[in-house]
Amino acid sequence: MERRPRILLADDDPDLLELYREMLAQLPGQPEIHTAVGGARALTMLETEPYQVLICDLKMPKLDGLQVLAIVRRKYPDLRTVALTAEVDEQFRSRAYALGVDLFWTKPATEHETRLFLECVASLLGRETEVGFRGVQTRSLMDIVQMECLSRSSAVLRITNGALGGKIWIQDGELVDAEAPGLEGEAAFHRILSWKAGNFEMLPAEPSRPRQIYKPYNALLLESAQALDEAYAGLAAADAPPPPPSPLAQVSRVEGVEFVLALPADAPGEHAARGLENPERMAAWTRQSLERFRALGDHLGAGALDRIEGFGPQRHVALTTQGATEFCVGWKNTLAPDEVREQMQKVLALWAS
Amino acid sequence: MGLLNLFAKSAPTLLRLPTGSFTVDREGKVLSGTLPSSFPAPVVRDIARQVLATFSEAAAAQLPLAELIIHYPSLKITARELRGGAIVFLAPKAPASPMSRGNSLLL
Repeated sequence: MERRPRILLADDDPDLLELYREMLAQLPGQPEIHTAVGGARALTMLETEPYQVLICDLKMPKLDGLQVLAIVRRKYPDLRTVALTAEVDEQFRSRAYALGVDLFWTKPATEHETRLFLECVASLLGRETEVGFRGVQTRSLMDIVQMECLSRSSAVLRITNGALGGKIWIQDGELVDAEAPGLEGEAAFHRILSWKAGNFEMLPAEPSRPRQIYKPYNALLLESAQALDEAYAGLAAADAPPPPPSPLAQVSRVEGVEFVLALPADAPGEHAARGLENPERMAAWTRQSLERFRALGDHLGAGALDRIEGFGPQRHVALTTQGATEFCVGWKNTLAPDEVREQMQKVLALWAS
Repeated sequence: MGLLNLFAKSAPTLLRLPTGSFTVDREGKVLSGTLPSSFPAPVVRDIARQVLATFSEAAAAQLPLAELIIHYPSLKITARELRGGAIVFLAPKAPASPMSRGNSLLL
């Protein structure tokens, strides 16, 4: 028997919880509606039972909605999340989206708004969790590009994959240009299409963008699909050049790098380092610092920690997490902060590739 | 449709990320600041504690630092070391760009 989807509602007002429960019970599929009075209770319930959707009020005492959502996003990345608020505030809206919520919704006050709200929740429940664009629909990046081109749209698609970022320019349904770390044009397009996960935004079109891609979009998509298929099947191995140096060795050759330390997030005692005589101390400091400011970010509701930069008289340092690896990269102290930032992007791009 | 106006309620306030700065001595005591009074003092002390600990542990790891910048999607914290204490600047970040459609994907 198919299991009914489960929704968890968190609010500090029991009356509102009851009202929501009645509303959401009308959804198709008759989801199980569970309620939690307050954020702490919601977190406890999430630990004990699986849910598909969390609908969380923002204004709650002790543990507010942004704090709850920050924790939830990190611990349960597959859980769909809806932030609810009675107060329209741009800062809270942008912070909620920065946390990665699927929907930010002003509490419905009319029948029409209620219907729209229910439709959105139903749509969240109906989505697959394995693949696709979260918050929009179950589609791959290839589908999205194809859709934009077929509909003769003009837009800039900005994609982020961890610390990496890329853009694809589409003008009147034609691929005009692409940009990825260290790459432009077709090469950048193929690189972006090879990323396995990330976030995207549709930005307004930039008609003045100089054209660097002249191939039809369907030819480029086909090439990307073939390259991905070959990579997955391991067919490229036969013609492949000799194996490149290890990622750590490549990274340590980036201009300005003094040392590199890579720490698997799931193996606390392990690390790989180049250019460090005593990596254990630096590894401990890196882990402590990342953990400390992650927790602070959760507490402040400021979003997932992006990176930490340190500037000192002897050397500079940059700490970040990419995928399942934590990084600490030491930089020459002659580099300006902007140069550290720029070079760190190169390091992460090299690591990812 | 007045019934659903029940949804509006005046309950606890959300922590608004402030713009401003504060100084803290080597013991973690906040000396002065320009943060709004609505921003809770325990949170300011917590930020100060984390910053000071990071500076001192870096020095212990043979990595003396004069400045730390912590980047979050919604906030940038800049801390400059001041003789064992620190001056800390908080700057909320504006949304990066208009988002007409969003937002995450698994390719």
